[in-house]
This record gives sequence, structure tokens and C-alpha cells, in this order.
Amino acid sequence: MRFGVVRFPGSCDEVDALQACRRFADAELLWHGDPELRGADAVVVPGGFSYGDYLRVGAIARFSPVMEAVAEFAAAGGTVLGICNGFQVLCEAGLLPGALLTNSGRRFLARQVDLEVVNADTRFTHEAGVGDRLSIPVKHGAGRYYAPEEMLDELDAHGQIILRYAPGHNPNGSLRDIAGVSNREGNVFGLMPHPEHAVDPLTGSRDGGLIFASLAREPAAA
Amino acid sequence: MPRARVLIRPKEGILDPQGQAVERALPALGFEGVANVHVGRLVELDVEDASRVPEMCERLLANPLIEDYEVVSIESHDQDAEVIPP
Repeated sequence: MRFGVVRFPGSCDEVDALQACRRFADAELLWHGDPELRGADAVVVPGGFSYGDYLRVGAIARFSPVMEAVAEFAAAGGTVLGICNGFQVLCEAGLLPGALLTNSGRRFLARQVDLEVVNADTRFTHEAGVGDRLSIPVKHGAGRYYAPEEMLDELDAHGQIILRYAPGHNPNGSLRDIAGVSNREGNVFGLMPHPEHAVDPLTGSRDGGLIFASLAREPAAA
Repeated sequence: MPRARVLIRPKEGILDPQGQAVERALPALGFEGVANVHVGRLVELDVEDASRVPEMCERLLANPLIEDYEVVSIESHDQDAEVIPP
């Protein structure tokens, strides 16, 4: 099992993501100009400020050669995880539903928040249980998840809301407390909190490791 | 080349924290009686084929899920070059 972690100009969390992946499997960096994924089994689109976040957050990165390869990989059922700016890029690329808007309080936020696992029957969360509480940091200026009401109902109905902010922990005004969503097929997942910053007790929590562990291990037979 | 000017604004009903911040700041300067402030973007571009501007808006300049756009003026560059006195 090998992770490929994309590095755009302006990425800043790709090395933490790489280190987090390496706790559970092999991992290597993929350059934004590479038109292919070098045989990666799962792709991580990391946090940062890709291409300066010009125009809108995540809007330019989706035109990079590596994102074309990621889109093809995703269309073929490949596993793609987008974290923070990576989530924004995947939304802009149309690989995930919805959009991320400026935080309702206008300020950039950096703090530990509690999340609740809403759907544990996914390749990203099968090591967790429904209702599990995870302590994972957020750090973003545009993390307010938005989608039109009918789309939110559909996400709910199809189990695409994977993680929510725990009651009282929604830091940014995200609709329905959504912290992470998947596509309908369940192979692409994006979240605003940073699991890669929560894999070692040294930084306060290891809860983020659940996501990388879920990807690295096969789900236990039911 | 014709010059296109595109206004992009948050869709109606979408929370606009930037607009709210400006709206709250104006009375502090003595400007009373201001409501419904929204902050958007202006994109100006010289284009060979102005008929393609709406497609550019749909695919890159705006995100149709969260933003409305309006092509407000398409004029020749010569007309646009009028010098505004300081």
C-alpha cells in the first residue's frame, strides 16, 4: 500500500501528511506538474495555499497536470483524500459536492476541535465507530461548508456526511456542522480538520491516525 | 480587442461576512443609513471572442454554486482608453 501526497506551489502541510501516511504505509510526494501518480494506491491532496489561493480558494490548483491525473484516478474508483486546502481543491474540481466559504466569524482559526464520526462504513473511517469523538485541529480562513439545502438532504440520505463538528464545536458556521463529506461513490473524501497534525501524543492527540490507518488496512470482514 | 468587465458577487442568501464587516464599519465613520452591503470581485479582460466570456465565468471566473456573475460592459479598447483627469 503506497500513498501519493501531492505538492503544489503553496502547499504547506504535505510533509506532515507524508509523515502521517508513513506511520501506516509507504508514501511519497507527487509534484503538481507530474501528469501521473507513479502507481500510488491512494492520493492525498494536502493543506496549504495552493497557487496562492488566487481567485477563490482551491480554484487554480485544479488545472494542474497532477489534478487531471487525480480526476481520472478518482473516476476509476481510486481513493482520494483532501485535507483543508485539498478539500477546497476537490470541491472546485467537482470531485466533491459543495464549496468552502469564508468562516462566518471572518477570522482565520487555529484550534483543536471535537468531531463526531457520522459514517464509519467507509474506506476512510472503518477503524472508527459511529459516534466516536475525535480531537483534531482546524486551521483555516475559509472552512465554512456550504451546499444548497436539497444537496445537503441528498448528502445526508446517502451517508456522504462522514464527519461532523461535535455539538458546540462548529468553528466556522459550516452548514449542518459538516466537517467532512465524500462523493456519492465513497472513494473521494474531503475534510477541513487536519488529521495529519493529530497522529502523535506529542501534539495532543492521535485521533487523526484513524483515517490513515483505515486507508492502510482492509476493513475487517463483517 | 474588445474589453469585457465581469462582476462577481455572492449569491443571494449566502452569508457574506465581508459585506457585513463593511456594513458595520460605515456607521463608525458617520455614514448612517447603509444596508445590504455585499462585496464581490471585478474581473476585466481583453478578449478576442467576447461571446465566450459567459463560459469563462461558468468554468473559472465564478463558482456558480456560490456566486452570481454579470458581464457589465463589453466595449472596444479605444473607447475604454479615455483618460480620467486626476
